[in-house]
Order: sequence, then C-alpha cells, then structure tokens
Amino acid sequence: MFDMETFWRVLSLQDHNTRIVLAGACVFGGAAGLVGMFLLLRKRSLLGDTIGHATLPGIAGAFLLAHTLGWNARSFIWLATGAAISGIAGMFAVLIIRKFSRIKDDASLAVVLGVFFGTGVALLSAIQQLPGGQAAGLENLIYGSAASMVTRDALFIFGSAIVVVFAGVFLFKEFSILCFDEAFASAAGWPVRTLDVLLMSGVVLVTVIGLQSVGILLTVALLVIPPTAARFWTDSLGKTAVISALNGSASAFVGVALSAVFPKMPTGAIIVLAAAFLFGCGFFFGTRRGLWSRFLIEWRAKERLENEHMLRAIFECSEFSGPAISHEAVLAKRPWNRNETTFLISRLAENGLVTVSPEADTIQLTRAGDIEARRLVRNHRLWELYLLNHADVAPSRVDRDADLIEHVLDPRLVEELECILENRAHFVPADPVGNPS
Amino acid sequence: MNWSEMDTWIAVTGALISMACAIPGTFLVLNKDSMLGDAITHAVLPGLAMAFLISGTRDPITMVVGAVCAGVLTAFLSGGIQRGGGIESGAALGVVFCSLFAIGLLLIRLAADHVDLDPGCILYGAIELAVIEGSPVPTVAWMSGGVLVWNLALAVLFLKELKITAFDPRFASTQGISPGFMRQCLAIVTAITAVIAFESVGSILVVSMLIVPGATALLLSRRVSGVLLISLAVAAISAVGGHVLAISAAPALLGKLTAQPQMGSLNSAGMMAAFSGVLFFAVLLATSLRSSLAGHDRNG
Repeated sequence: MFDMETFWRVLSLQDHNTRIVLAGACVFGGAAGLVGMFLLLRKRSLLGDTIGHATLPGIAGAFLLAHTLGWNARSFIWLATGAAISGIAGMFAVLIIRKFSRIKDDASLAVVLGVFFGTGVALLSAIQQLPGGQAAGLENLIYGSAASMVTRDALFIFGSAIVVVFAGVFLFKEFSILCFDEAFASAAGWPVRTLDVLLMSGVVLVTVIGLQSVGILLTVALLVIPPTAARFWTDSLGKTAVISALNGSASAFVGVALSAVFPKMPTGAIIVLAAAFLFGCGFFFGTRRGLWSRFLIEWRAKERLENEHMLRAIFECSEFSGPAISHEAVLAKRPWNRNETTFLISRLAENGLVTVSPEADTIQLTRAGDIEARRLVRNHRLWELYLLNHADVAPSRVDRDADLIEHVLDPRLVEELECILENRAHFVPADPVGNPS
Repeated sequence: MNWSEMDTWIAVTGALISMACAIPGTFLVLNKDSMLGDAITHAVLPGLAMAFLISGTRDPITMVVGAVCAGVLTAFLSGGIQRGGGIESGAALGVVFCSLFAIGLLLIRLAADHVDLDPGCILYGAIELAVIEGSPVPTVAWMSGGVLVWNLALAVLFLKELKITAFDPRFASTQGISPGFMRQCLAIVTAITAVIAFESVGSILVVSMLIVPGATALLLSRRVSGVLLISLAVAAISAVGGHVLAISAAPALLGKLTAQPQMGSLNSAGMMAAFSGVLFFAVLLATSLRSSLAGHDRNG
C-alpha cells in the first residue's frame, strides 16, 4: 500500500496537478481557520456544521437537474453551486425559525441540519437508481477525497479561498467589532447586518470549497478546531487569526498529501485528525492557556506566596525578640510543620534573603531580606488599616483577609492606599489589630 | 402504491424508533442542549467501530457498550476542554465530536477490507434491509419497541428531576439534583437510543428524530407533559408519513421531473426526516400566523 516513490513525488511537488491541489488545500485551510475564528468569537461554531450538512440536498438536486437536462452532472463547480444555494437556504431557515418562534438557536440548528440532510439522503437514493451507477462521484463529496481532484477544480478552490482570505484580511477590523461588540458596532453606524451576511457567506463559501477535500460531514471541523487551538497560544486577535489560519493550512496540507500517497484513506478524516493533533499540542503546551504553562504559573505563584509568608513571619518575630530568632518562634507563627519550615527557610537562604547559623540554631534576615520583608509587612498592615477604617471589617477577620490579598498589591496601588490613609511616612506601621500573627 | 407486509414493518419500526428518540430529544431541546444530540450521534461511531473490531460481531449488547463508552467519553472530554481551556461549550463539543467522528470513519474504512461494516449503512441506515431479519416480528422492531418502553419509563420516573433541571438548573442543584450529572445521564440515554436507531436510520438522521419532534411540540404546547405527548405523536406521524411518501408520491414526482418513470422507492429514513421537517415548518407557519392574527385583533 505504501509506495515510497509516490510519497517522494508528492513531497517534492513534481506533478503540476499535485502542486495545484496542495496549494488549493493550503489556502482553503487558511481561509477556514480565519473565518472559523470569527465564527468562534460569535459563539456560532456549530452553525458551520448545520450549513455543511445542509449542502447535501443542493448537491443531489444539482446532480439530478444536470442529469435530466443532459449536462455534465459531475462537474464540481456545478455541484458546488447547488451546494452553496442549499447551504444559504439552510442558513435562512435557521434565521426564520429564530425570528418566528421561541425555539432556541441550538434546536433550530439541529432541526435544519437533520431535515436538510434527510432530504439529501432521500434524493441520493433517487440518484442511485439512475442508470449507470452515477452516485459514485458524489460519495467523494461526503467523505472528502482529494485524490479525485482535478486541476480545474483545484484552481476553483484556490481562487475562491483566496477571495475569502482577502475579504477576511481587508474587513478584519469590521468583523472584529461585529464579533466583540455588535451593539456598539450598530450604534456607531457600521452596517452590522451586511457584515453579518458577508461573514456567513464566507462560511458558506468555505464549506462549499471544502466539500472536495474534507467532505460534507467534517467541514465544520476545520471551522472549529484550528481557531479553538489558536486560543491556547495567544490573547491577541491578530495573532489568533494567523495561528488559526496556519493550523488550518497545515492540517489541510498534511491530509491532502497523505491521501495522495494512500488514495483509499478518507481525506477528510486525516485532515481532521491532523487538526486534532495540533489542537492537542496547543491544549497541553500552548504558551497562553496550555495546561503546562498554567501549571508553571500556578507553581510559581504558590512558591512566591510561601516565600512571602515566611519572610513576614520572620520579620514579625524579629520585631519582638531582636534580629536573631529561633526556629521554634517561626514555627509557632503559622500552621507549618517542622519539615516545611526548614525547607522554606533553606529556600530563602538560597535566594540570599536570610542567613542561618546552624550552631546557634537561629535565623537572621539579610539586608536584602530585611528590605523585602519590610515591604511585605507594610503592605499587609496597610491593608489591615484600610479594611479596618474604610471597609468595616471586623478586627478578628482583618488579618486573614489581608493575608489573602496583600500579594497582589503593586507599588502604585500601595501609594494610593497611603494617600487614602494619609500616612505617607515610609515606615512599617505598627500592627493595627495587635493580634499575635 | 404497493403496500406489502414489509412496508408495514418499516412504518412500525420507524414510528417506534422515532418515538423512542423523541423522548430524550425533547429534554435536550428543553435543556437548550440540542447540539449534544448531534455530537453524540457523530461521536458514537468510533465506539461502534471499536466494539465491532474487538468482538467481531454486530451483537446489539456489544454495540450498546461501545456506544455508551463513546458517549461518556464525549461528555467527559468536552467538559474537560471547556473547563481546562476556558472554551465556549459549542466549540468544545465541536472539537470533540469532529475528532471522534474522524477516528470512527478511519477505523471503518481501514476495517472495510476485512469485515462487513458498510459506512453507508451506518451513516444513512438501511431500514429496508433491517426489517428482513427476524420473524414474525423483525429484530429491529422489537428492539426499537424495547428502547421506547425503557425511555418512557425513565421519563415518567424522573419527570420531576428532568423538569427542574431543564427550567431552573440552580434550583435543581440546591435540591440535590446535579445538572451536570443529569446531562451525563441524558447523554448516555441518547447514546443508547442512537445505537438502536443506527440499525434502522443511520447515525446522521438520528439527530432529526431526536430534535424535530420536540421542537415541533414546543411550538404547540407550554406544558412539559403536553410537549412530550405531542412530540410522540409528531414522531409517529412523520415516520409513517415519511415512509408512505418514500414509496409513493416522492418517487413519482421525482421520476416525472427527471424523466425516469420507473423510479423506485426512495430512502425511507431520509424521507421520514424530510417529512418531519415539512410538519415542523407547517406548524411554525400556522402558529406564527395565528399569533400575528391574534396580535392584530388585540391591537385593532
């Protein structure tokens, strides 16, 4: 089944047809990623699924019509036209249900999907009865088969995808406003309805040109998976668009290239699995929301929190008993056990914030440690003051509340608090509560 | 039209399975979670393929086990991606069901050389072939009936819980009914029903059997029990009507249009879905006409 020579021919782009088909697939993947991102932002990802399934009756109808009139019923462009018409009809059906009933969006999507696809299946069964086993070509549009793509179709796909990409890039700002704040866009005089129709037309176009490579059943995957994966890498809209488009392109490329080598494999399934693999990469290793990076962030925050609590405990002990304090005094400060305390103190010592003298079993803040500890204690007590004086928090709760929030204070905020408290002197205020911790 | 005993069984089986689907479907609609039905019907495909590849039989118990595993996996994975990645529920669902469906398609295609598992059959169903097996009552007919009875029993037993979860999930959780758990249970019931329905109507048309009757009934009634009863009626009517059309009017019309006078009967499951759509839009038209007339009366 595996043929090294074919594999090499595909990879080295030796055939003119392969080149065009791959280029078409890449641009199509990019267009799907771009349009899909806007769809995701509008929380309408699954509309792509409904439009995809709704193309079937159009394809079957176009086929039957062409067959009756004696035209070439297998022309992809003709079938794609039929697909686009019924895709748009499906979209309008969703809008009509939304306007004239209290049925929610999810149900109207599912109703249109099921009914249109059912009609399509019934029409397909009619096509199967036509003389000459005509239905075989349509099978490719359902599961996706890039292997059967000819140069003319690939050029058509390439051209349409380029149009979608250009429209997406030129109207990037407009679509972004539409997605993030429709009410503002409409109040600011943007043609919201036109933009919406344009975006949806983009979705229909992407779905239709995806029929040949991804197939009816899975076109929605390229509209949903790449943009969702891109969200793990960045928060910026522009970068999301680029990553999403690249993800889509790469998936389409891998799928089409592999199916040129293994012609029996359903292209659509391979494309979707490639996209799912990229999604998995983002989900685990994404720099913005990936599991690994969030684990690191949480780990560092926890480490900082522990260090700060320990520094404060040492400082508060030294307020009573002089600079050199014993392990026992620190241990009594918080519900730490002995091992934890020793570990935390040695970590502070590594960072040069405290010095430990083993013979006397005492701990002492270094100069750097003292400065840092003063800052922390100051913040904590400022918070306690604020909560006591301005937020009416009971004295018994102030210490704990301040504990939870002191770590987020940035210097600017501290200054503001000082202004509020009319306490500009740069000293550590006395413990306002006077409780032992 | 030539009505045979087989046509009776097709209509009966179709009606039974549509009614069985309509019950969990109605609650999916009420929960505003209809696309979960779509997702599950796609996502059970790899479960079926794996169950079939491992056991080598198409024995219904194995299939149900495979489907339930896949259904639970869908609900679990989509929930995990939604929470773990802070992603909107529809998109999380889309990612999961597309990937699982792709795996399923690939498995079936890879296995198609060795075993008798026709992707066309699983996707569109072949009710015409299914009713041949078993006599005097076809296997699919009594299995569909069984699922209908089981779903009805569940709906009656847990009507209160289902209602509270659908209309006020927060209140439900204060009463000790976890909405997340109810969603999982509904997903499992939907998966089981879908597997039984695959045999006759295929994986993609199940979504219309699940959602259309409930949505139609919602246009006509404002009481949950009313919606359930009407959805059962709509399901039965659209199944029988769809089959009648598939063997009579539809091929005759298409045959005339395409100049193929000898056109035979069409795919019954597809026509059932199409006819349920006709019913839905007719009801939509009637109710919105009535309400606009009523509004006119009030204003005038």
